[in-house]
Amino acid sequence: MCDHTFVAITFGPCDSCTLNKPLMNIYLQNEPVNYCSLCVEMMACQGLTQGENLASLKAESEGLKLRLEEERAKLHDVELHQAAEKVEPLGQLVTKARRSLKGHGNKVLCTDWCRDKRRLVSSSQVTEHAVTMPCTWVMACAYAPSGCAIACGGLDNKCSVYPLSLDKNENLSAKKKSVAMHTNYLSACSFTNSDMQILTSSGDGTCALWDVESGQLLQSFHGHSADVLSLDLAPSETGNTFVSGGCDKKANVWDMRSGQNIQSFETHESDINSVKYYPSGDAFATGSDDATCRLYDLRADREVAIYSKESIIFGASSVDFSISGRLLFAGYNDYTINVWDVLKGTRVSILFGHENRVSTVRVSPDGTAFCSGSWDHTLRVRTGRYLSLSDTHTHTHTHTHSLT
Amino acid sequence: MTISMVNPSGNLREQMPFLTKMERVIVSMQDPDVGMKMRNQRLLITVIPHAMTGSDIVSWLTQKYAITEEEALHIGNFLVKYGYIYPLKEPRNLCLKQDESPYRFQTPYYWTSTRWPASEMDYAIYLAKKNIRKQGELIDYEKECYNVLHKRINHTWDFVVMQAREQLRASKQRRKADRLVLEYQEQAYWLVNRPPPGAMEVLEWGPERGSIANPRVQLVTGHCFFLNNACVCECSFVKYCEQYQDHDPIMQGCLPSNPWITDDIMYWNMNSETAVMPTKLRVERWSFSFMKLLNDPLGQKEFLIYLEKEFSAENLLFWQACEDVQHGETSRIADKVDEVYKQYLAPGASNWVNIDSKTMESTLEGIHQPNRFVLYDAQRHIYFLMKKDSYPRYLKSEQYKNLLEKAIVPQETKKSVFPFMRRQRHSSPSPALLTQAGDDDGKALSSSVRLDL
Repeated sequence: MCDHTFVAITFGPCDSCTLNKPLMNIYLQNEPVNYCSLCVEMMACQGLTQGENLASLKAESEGLKLRLEEERAKLHDVELHQAAEKVEPLGQLVTKARRSLKGHGNKVLCTDWCRDKRRLVSSSQVTEHAVTMPCTWVMACAYAPSGCAIACGGLDNKCSVYPLSLDKNENLSAKKKSVAMHTNYLSACSFTNSDMQILTSSGDGTCALWDVESGQLLQSFHGHSADVLSLDLAPSETGNTFVSGGCDKKANVWDMRSGQNIQSFETHESDINSVKYYPSGDAFATGSDDATCRLYDLRADREVAIYSKESIIFGASSVDFSISGRLLFAGYNDYTINVWDVLKGTRVSILFGHENRVSTVRVSPDGTAFCSGSWDHTLRVRTGRYLSLSDTHTHTHTHTHSLT
Repeated sequence: MTISMVNPSGNLREQMPFLTKMERVIVSMQDPDVGMKMRNQRLLITVIPHAMTGSDIVSWLTQKYAITEEEALHIGNFLVKYGYIYPLKEPRNLCLKQDESPYRFQTPYYWTSTRWPASEMDYAIYLAKKNIRKQGELIDYEKECYNVLHKRINHTWDFVVMQAREQLRASKQRRKADRLVLEYQEQAYWLVNRPPPGAMEVLEWGPERGSIANPRVQLVTGHCFFLNNACVCECSFVKYCEQYQDHDPIMQGCLPSNPWITDDIMYWNMNSETAVMPTKLRVERWSFSFMKLLNDPLGQKEFLIYLEKEFSAENLLFWQACEDVQHGETSRIADKVDEVYKQYLAPGASNWVNIDSKTMESTLEGIHQPNRFVLYDAQRHIYFLMKKDSYPRYLKSEQYKNLLEKAIVPQETKKSVFPFMRRQRHSSPSPALLTQAGDDDGKALSSSVRLDL
């Protein structure tokens, strides 16, 4: 059982200096060791030979980065929209709000769908179940795969799990379980394939995997040099990887088993607010404060598409794909949702309706609807229907009836 | 919520890239060649130069960015809300009207990004000026702020009043038009930085970010970069989108109907995990990838039946047991691994799985110190075995083909034309219900449960 008085990651004797200190779990020659942060620094600097210092190493690493970019560019420069030239362009997207869930109190910061496809949890006000927490900014929430629990956290630096019950009078806080402890705010959390493990990301620059039952830290992920704002688990068959995005403008892909940073992408010009895998797991999209969304291909190891428009000035706070991966829904800080054609790179629709910034956009698990949560205290569940170009002309007449 | 960013390197423009972008728009709007057409505006008896109408702003934006009027109005509204353009009529109402109302560009001196954060002393001077100029001109919330500031920076109050007097005296010496313009500009700045109660605080950003800045050089060792030809990868996206298009309710709709539109939950019932007869689309999806088959409990069931006929069911059962170890409770790992060993790995086990000798050796060694990933390699081996061998044969089998034929293609139910015949919406039973012991389903479920701490 983890001792909650310590805010450090793990605590104990360092493998190198044997002093009792907060420990970092690292790998040296594929062996897991526990070093205190001072020994990690010293060990890292042991690689410095005479004449080297931090500045020269930085210059060397920048040089390597440039070389890598050149190599990448040599292989091809086909962008995704060029490869998708023969694909039929999309017509008109008709959407309608089906449910508007108004709350009282705080801004909606985060939502998650339950696997039963119709329940939502949101982090200040909810549809079926509600938990309010003493700290006002609950920035992360997630539904457990079984639908029997939710996890949430925020400025309290913790992620807590609440088992759900039907008894209205039961005090949920009594059953609350503190699972994760970070040294800064919790920005995102997600259950892995079961109710037993939670992956968290934090303003302290780390991500971590926790065991729900014991509250024990199973793995920690170091590599971001600033706050980590978002994470998403890979749907791929080899599983066990996830991507995270942060204020250091980087999106990192991690191996959950070893804690290693497998791939890293740094092309955004500002904080990455949201990351989401493409349904096949071969790519992921990001939404950033630089007002663009980008698609990164994991096998090609590069960015393959940018979704931006001169008229879009505000940052994208949240992104999600439709089931087929053809559409990318992105919520922006200018209160709108822009819908992008993933293959062609064009914007196909802009949705108004919210009266404050859109903080979260999630497509339901079966793709029948998508939900947007906003600082205007509402959640809107919308359906959409694409009309191909040939349909659009005939449809506009008949459609006006059913929209009333 | 006030933000105090006491960040030494804090440059607002850098941290809020949208301000830079807005400024770019503003600058291009003022371009002498392709920018906005401006004219003189008469306000009572004074003539104010370089004004433009709301509708001009909207049409310029519409044309420049090739967007709809609605979007142009939306963007223009932000330009006003953030104080880059201010209205001359109704100056206290920072919003863009698409009509003949006159607007002007804010001077860069007062841009949100240049003078930030707004200093308390400046605000005090501004309020003092208003107060001196016309007694009682201060609005309620301004009076309150004035009193608060008076208490807080009382030691500098003489300076504040002196500054206010000086500025008023200097402004009296200007032409009326200039004086008015300066007043409007200053007022707009303070409306953005000290909004009246009830107005939206446009400069509200939520919790601070970037409080840890870690400048260390990242040591990345043992990386392998797989730089594949992106052309091949990109074609795979096109293929994936095409393959799944029919399965995407937003692209193709869903049958019988989208429950969110018609309030008819048949679609969810038909596709639930406990459905007896699956829909055709669902069975089709099993052929898209092995993972899709395994992710569907019904698919797993069907596949298991097939494997039993082929006498290789132990592979799937082993895979399921490994999943359970990996994702289950930590406390039960040792027991579960033990069970798995007895059933699948021990020599002579009842469900012995055929793993290559190298993997078997390392797995058996690892079992002495069970952790959740000890069976990972063995599991992967069996997974790929099934994927390459049993899975393709299953898709060609009579069992699968029959199921595909028998699978349901639902009839489309159109949305009811008469709105008052809308179906009753019932709250779905919570998944938590299934785990509650001895709970009677006669209990009425309320549609919303709110639990406060």
